[in-house]
Amino acid sequence: MAQEGMAPQTADTFPRLLLWHERTRPNHPALREKDLGIWQTWTWADLAAEVRVLAAALHQLGLARGGHVAVIGENRPRLYAAMLATQSLGAIPVPMYQDAIAAQMLYVFEDAQIEHAVVEDQEQVDKMLEVRDQYPALAHIVYDDARGLRDYSQSGLVSYDELRLRGAQFANRHPGLFDEQVARASTSDTATLFYTSGTTGRPKGVVQTHAALIDRARAATVFDGLGPNEDVLAYLPLAWIGQNIFSYAQALFAGYTVNCPESPSTVTNDMREIGPTYYFAPPRVFEGLLTQVMIRMEDAGRIKRTLFRHFMEVGRRVGGRILDRQPVGAAMRLWYALGDLLLYAPLRNQLGLSRVKVAYTAGEAIGPDLFAFYRCLGVNLKQLYGSTETAVFVCMQPDGEARADTVGPPLAGVELRISDSGEVLVRSPGLLKEYHRNPEATAAVCDSDGWFHTGDAGLLDSDGHLRIIDRAADVGRLHDGTLFAPKYIENKLKFFPQIKEAVAFGDGRRQVCVFVNIDSEAVGDWAERRGLAYAGYADLAGKTEVLDLVGGCVDKVNADLVTDPLLANSQIHRFLVLHKELDPDDEELTRTRKVRRRFIARKYESLVDALYAGHESQYIETEVRFEDGRVGKVAATLQLRTAKTCAPVARAA
Amino acid sequence: MTASRRAAPGDVLLRIEHASLTFGGIKALVDVSFDVLEHEIRAIIGPNGAGKSSLLNLINGVYAPLAGTISYLGQARTRMQPHEAARLGIARTFQSLALFKGMSVLDNIMTGRTLRMRSGLLAQALYLGPAVREEIENRKRVEAIIEFLEIQAYRRQPVGSLPYGLQKRVDLARALALEPRLLLLDEPMAGMNLEEKQDMCRFVLDVNEEFGTTLVLIEHDMGVVMDISDRVVVLDYGRKIGDGTPDQVRASQEVINAYLGIAH
Repeated sequence: MAQEGMAPQTADTFPRLLLWHERTRPNHPALREKDLGIWQTWTWADLAAEVRVLAAALHQLGLARGGHVAVIGENRPRLYAAMLATQSLGAIPVPMYQDAIAAQMLYVFEDAQIEHAVVEDQEQVDKMLEVRDQYPALAHIVYDDARGLRDYSQSGLVSYDELRLRGAQFANRHPGLFDEQVARASTSDTATLFYTSGTTGRPKGVVQTHAALIDRARAATVFDGLGPNEDVLAYLPLAWIGQNIFSYAQALFAGYTVNCPESPSTVTNDMREIGPTYYFAPPRVFEGLLTQVMIRMEDAGRIKRTLFRHFMEVGRRVGGRILDRQPVGAAMRLWYALGDLLLYAPLRNQLGLSRVKVAYTAGEAIGPDLFAFYRCLGVNLKQLYGSTETAVFVCMQPDGEARADTVGPPLAGVELRISDSGEVLVRSPGLLKEYHRNPEATAAVCDSDGWFHTGDAGLLDSDGHLRIIDRAADVGRLHDGTLFAPKYIENKLKFFPQIKEAVAFGDGRRQVCVFVNIDSEAVGDWAERRGLAYAGYADLAGKTEVLDLVGGCVDKVNADLVTDPLLANSQIHRFLVLHKELDPDDEELTRTRKVRRRFIARKYESLVDALYAGHESQYIETEVRFEDGRVGKVAATLQLRTAKTCAPVARAA
Repeated sequence: MTASRRAAPGDVLLRIEHASLTFGGIKALVDVSFDVLEHEIRAIIGPNGAGKSSLLNLINGVYAPLAGTISYLGQARTRMQPHEAARLGIARTFQSLALFKGMSVLDNIMTGRTLRMRSGLLAQALYLGPAVREEIENRKRVEAIIEFLEIQAYRRQPVGSLPYGLQKRVDLARALALEPRLLLLDEPMAGMNLEEKQDMCRFVLDVNEEFGTTLVLIEHDMGVVMDISDRVVVLDYGRKIGDGTPDQVRASQEVINAYLGIAH
């Protein structure tokens, strides 16, 4: 099924995989891009031809084996071609986050000694020029979209179209160059350099080889029975290994089609048009979709709302079981089928999930209600676990074993064990080769037996599924010795749609205190329904009614925490609602939106102290950094609240 | 960051000499003369009722002057129909938008291509060969404009359901679909917040830089006028009281008395 037509072992580098697809399915769509309103298709033959020309051009620009090329922009076929062309020459692409500012990018350029950059548009070109002021070795900047660049007269700038022309001419004069370069590569060569966003300290360059990435791509492809006819939507940043492995490594291995949306604002519409069969999104995207559905449901007529409530209840009872192929009574099956006709199918269609064979989520914990919602709808949503250093696929949930509270059993080829201190250790062919130019960091995570220390605290449950508790370094203890797992508490809060982000403090303290970010869409809608007027995020976040709303959520979390004897003492005692959203541009979150707890504790020290001192309110002034690097100030007086905590229930005699 | 150089203003594209316009007893314009150079951005400012929209309508051919001449591309004419003006490459936007609210964004912009459609009614109705090719070509141009003004996410939505700022962008897109040589903008920033104004300014400048279009715009926001225009005409009660670069106009006592006022 998926085994037939699968790439042979000899296609062991990405360029060789490309050539194999060119030989065996030249007219099959490889990439699609919505350009000028129409989906344009690149077949494998088209892609291979483009890569040959581009490789010649880059060679002419002086790109040497082992050199690094920055690739910055949205998911675009031309940037994918640039990555393949780079790898064909034995050089290494370094995809970077397109919304990073020049000062952040400078570090990567210096660390990886990058002399060539292929970028999407004027915005990135401007950043490159800014980087070049401090790092003159950046010699060649290739840009795809020429808009706004016509009058740029700086040296080293060349348009992608111009580069193609030069490459075509060069390739004509040196016809054997491409194949000769591809033949020189070995599977253990470095394929791509990924810089992790690092919740602490400087980003580190994770070196991944062709062998590692292809091995993991093969494992995941076989696991779910994927084949060349899948359609995937490439909408998350290329710099993130999650996107890269779905739309680059796996796509090149399995030969399926990668669809690039027109622009970030058209993603939901494009997803509806494409109907991906293999989908990945972090939990917040799934949550956002659900919030939109619920908001629109509240506006719907009575009949629709009744139908929705009724069939969602039906779905809750049997939907998950039907998806897991467990026995369900005939009557309930019939009723579920009716629900499918009236509700589930139209809803899946509206969300763009009609053709999904398998959908994954990962990166953070997902709320059990949220997880169940999609499975009840008939979407085969499952969880996986991995990181940049493990080439993503460490654990994946098989069909029929999808659960909200675990990340699944280890995948084929992965060895997993829990250390004595509760840390998850992994041995796998997908492990990083090293951290680029950082042997100390490498030695710190890879021990002499080849085990990678993930830095996550977890445990294996009785079904062989892995459960992640928190980052090992963040798990702490309260003053009285109670286990303090901040992420566990934060996730419980974030499962409420009104709460977008939460930060918990408590290590070494007597009580747990929490910062909360409200979700502007969900709370804004809630406020509108109550006739509460507000003038922007800070104003909304400061309203007493909103604090009461958040207080309700905190109380519920406390009621939940008190039931677990291990955690009963880590209930939340005090909380506040921040006046501004935590943002990666302000370095409070990583680019993949993970909380940088220590940095936040330092930046908002006055608030933390005020919470623990028992104050009722506190004035705070914070710096805000805009996307172009300018700095502004936001100030507010925040209300600090004490939450309702529950006394631990006395043990039954 | 590099400042892009705009094309230097060229020859006189439009010249208005001693134009007068009256409606019954109301003297909308009295003896107004000025010129517009190719590739420049010309602003028309003045208090309400000064005759700015009337002046634009004059250029466009909606009104005919009672006296005086209008020369466009060196050819003087006293009377010109709006559709003739459009054929000559003069496009405009409207203060009240005048979009087809029930049609999609895409279709609204396509109406701007009407002048370029040569196929007959039968060919278009039956969608025969030449009509197909023409439709594809027109669609390509319209899509390029949609991408230029960054409204891809809304191309199929009915225009009436869009927020005001976006409707204005669609209006601009429709005017651009004509591939005009001279673009008349009637208060393009009206009703916009700061962010929308900044976006619109950027688009106006982009149109001027990328396509070399000459722009004449009526505007009340002095910040916008001073920042983006090459030269300014000031009207008051139908008369011209100022004409020059933004700095010259800003310093003119008569303009200060009539319109700008003094900072306290």
